[in-house]
Amino acid sequence: MSLFNIIASGLKEIWAHKFRSLLTMLGIILGVSSLVAMSALVKGMENGTREALVAAGGLEKIRIETQYDLPVHQRHLSDQAQGITLEDVYALQKGAPLVKMITPAVEQMRFREPMTLTYKDKSSEPWLVSGTWPDALPINEHTLAHGRMFGPLDDENASSVCVIGTGVRDDLFGAPETLGYEVIPLGETLQINGLPFTIIGMLDHYESEQAKKERELRKLQPQVAVTSGPTRSRGWGSGKGGHYIFRMKNNTVFIPLNTMMVKFRGLNGTSSSGESAPLRLSNLNMKIPSLDLLEPAIQQVRNILLMTHKGLEDFSFRTQEDWAQEISVVIKNARLSGSVIAGICLLVGGIGIMNIMLASISERVREIGIRKAIGASTLDIFVQIVVESTVISVLGGIVGIGTSYGLVHLISFVNPTDNTPVVTLSSLAIAFLFSVGVGMLAGLYPAIRASRLHPIQALRYD
Amino acid sequence: MALVELRNVSKIYTLGGETIRALDDVSLDIGVGEFVSVIGPSGSGKSTLMHILGCLDSPTHGTIKLDDRMIHDASSRELAQIRNRKIGFVFQFFNLLPKMTVLQNVELPMVYAGIGGRERRERSMEVLKLVNLDNRAKHRPNQLSGGQQQRVAIARALVNNPKIVFADEPTGNLVSHTGEAILELFRSLSSQGRTIILVTHDPEIAAVTPRRIEIRDGKAALEVDRRLAGLDRLPGAAAVP
Ligand SMILES: Nc1ncnc2c1ncn2[C@@H]1O[C@H](COP(=O)(O)OP(=O)(O)O)[C@@H](O)[C@H]1O
Ligand SMILES: [Mg+2]
Repeated sequence: MSLFNIIASGLKEIWAHKFRSLLTMLGIILGVSSLVAMSALVKGMENGTREALVAAGGLEKIRIETQYDLPVHQRHLSDQAQGITLEDVYALQKGAPLVKMITPAVEQMRFREPMTLTYKDKSSEPWLVSGTWPDALPINEHTLAHGRMFGPLDDENASSVCVIGTGVRDDLFGAPETLGYEVIPLGETLQINGLPFTIIGMLDHYESEQAKKERELRKLQPQVAVTSGPTRSRGWGSGKGGHYIFRMKNNTVFIPLNTMMVKFRGLNGTSSSGESAPLRLSNLNMKIPSLDLLEPAIQQVRNILLMTHKGLEDFSFRTQEDWAQEISVVIKNARLSGSVIAGICLLVGGIGIMNIMLASISERVREIGIRKAIGASTLDIFVQIVVESTVISVLGGIVGIGTSYGLVHLISFVNPTDNTPVVTLSSLAIAFLFSVGVGMLAGLYPAIRASRLHPIQALRYD
Repeated sequence: MALVELRNVSKIYTLGGETIRALDDVSLDIGVGEFVSVIGPSGSGKSTLMHILGCLDSPTHGTIKLDDRMIHDASSRELAQIRNRKIGFVFQFFNLLPKMTVLQNVELPMVYAGIGGRERRERSMEVLKLVNLDNRAKHRPNQLSGGQQQRVAIARALVNNPKIVFADEPTGNLVSHTGEAILELFRSLSSQGRTIILVTHDPEIAAVTPRRIEIRDGKAALEVDRRLAGLDRLPGAAAVP
């Protein structure tokens, strides 16, 4: 008996009990759709965070921050801790060949001590105002869209120049979405905490792939006139969508390090305990040539810093690897819990199928007897039952794959995030294989029972 | 040369410590082209004999040779193949599959024989024509009368061109005139050279066949071969004791 014939007769059998078969399939449908939807969500999460990780400087970036709490054994020396200074930068430039690029930074974060930017009657509190060196752009994965970055000369002269992100531009000069055209405010003068600064450069607009897609989609559609005027909230928290990393990046202002130190001395972080003591930096950012060198590079930097800091560990390392590790743990857990749910659904589905197949064969004892009398072998009957149960399960699997698309859309509709779920081909393949496997396993026992029926006893049965 | 050779065949059932000899040391030969009836009262072991002859069941003791092949110790797979290719069954209760059409029912033995769809359809229509039901191919069994259903069952039994056809009380569930039509069909099949074993408890039906095997309490008690006795040429054959 050919497989085609068996499948055809299996489908007929299922069609003869449409409702019962549908109920039976429900477990598989739920299992498969939760499997696919779960892996789509996790995949979306993975993509989103990976993008954000790159946007935040990539894995090759190391950040050194001042550690205010010294280790216990050095706590009595706290007053001698001078924090990170430019001396460290020079020492590292000289003595750490594994470090490709390094920039010091004095940073004013919005949530700690916001700086206010004003232009005419508009104002903005950017996420970050950073006094730094020109290399801050490549190290932090920033790219300049217009104008220029300040150079060493600007730094030396403590020039009042700044490079702004598009978020700041949106606040002070208007966003392209509301204006309908893009403002490039090069040469304009704005006030930072009341002091005039000239805009010499503007950064790229950063956004996730998803946000980009959505924006381009909107552009294709006919523009609906905005009647209510600009309703955007201020600052980096505006708008939905976009990983916060992108919003933070767009709400950044760079000024030369010296300018920051000279003009804004006295702000938290730039002040130091004594007049003669070197200025404290907020942090150092550096880039290493490749991820393989992360460990040795950290070791090298650490050795040098322990020397310049007289053995005091008043600094700490932040690598994106910590973050990447956290992400992969979260993703692993999400995947695991999703798999457990899907697995339970599939198990329940399998039990349901087995149950219905057992009921079905006890209804069909006579049929099995007849089939055997006219020449069906034990194997024929076995295969027939296994195929029937597999067909039920696979149909459930196919419906479940369809349902999973709906489920994914529903989830992204109810809870829109930047991490758009991605239904991967491999998850579809796995779900499909699972439904085949569950169907076969569930059919095994009923098939053995059916195929072992003695033809005479089966024929006499009624 | 005999088509079927039964030697000292017994079938013993044990039920709750009690042993039932459904067949008790039966030996018989059936030749190619014979039309034989097996007659005996209810419970005498006729069906048991037919099942063993038809490879549906295996004997407790004894040997069976079918078409020059010992089958009493064949594997279940081989038995299935023999049932499929060499044997056709007709049962008292028709035993058609209710969810399938007449055509599909008739095709089923060929499906298990691995014959392609086109040939299956052609041969099925041929045998349906033979039993005069080719115009009912698309009907379901429950849309047919009892006699028609039994003719479908006969068509199904014949479709793989078996060496031997077994019919267990084929008229037992039919009103008398339809039963006669079925018997007439068997007789014409026999006259075309088909080997047919007809199981019945009814002497009138047994009288139709040239050879008669009588069974009592599992023993083949009496054999009458009217061709040898010259009885089949007598008018009113049914009156033979
Ligand atoms: N599976 C079985 N278990 C026990 N006894 C059986 C079984 N099948 C048949 N028998 C017994 O064997 C005897 C012969 O039965 P059967 O061949 O069906 O008789 P018939 O067909 O002549 O009416 C009966 O006494 C019956 O009860
Ligand atoms: Mg009987």
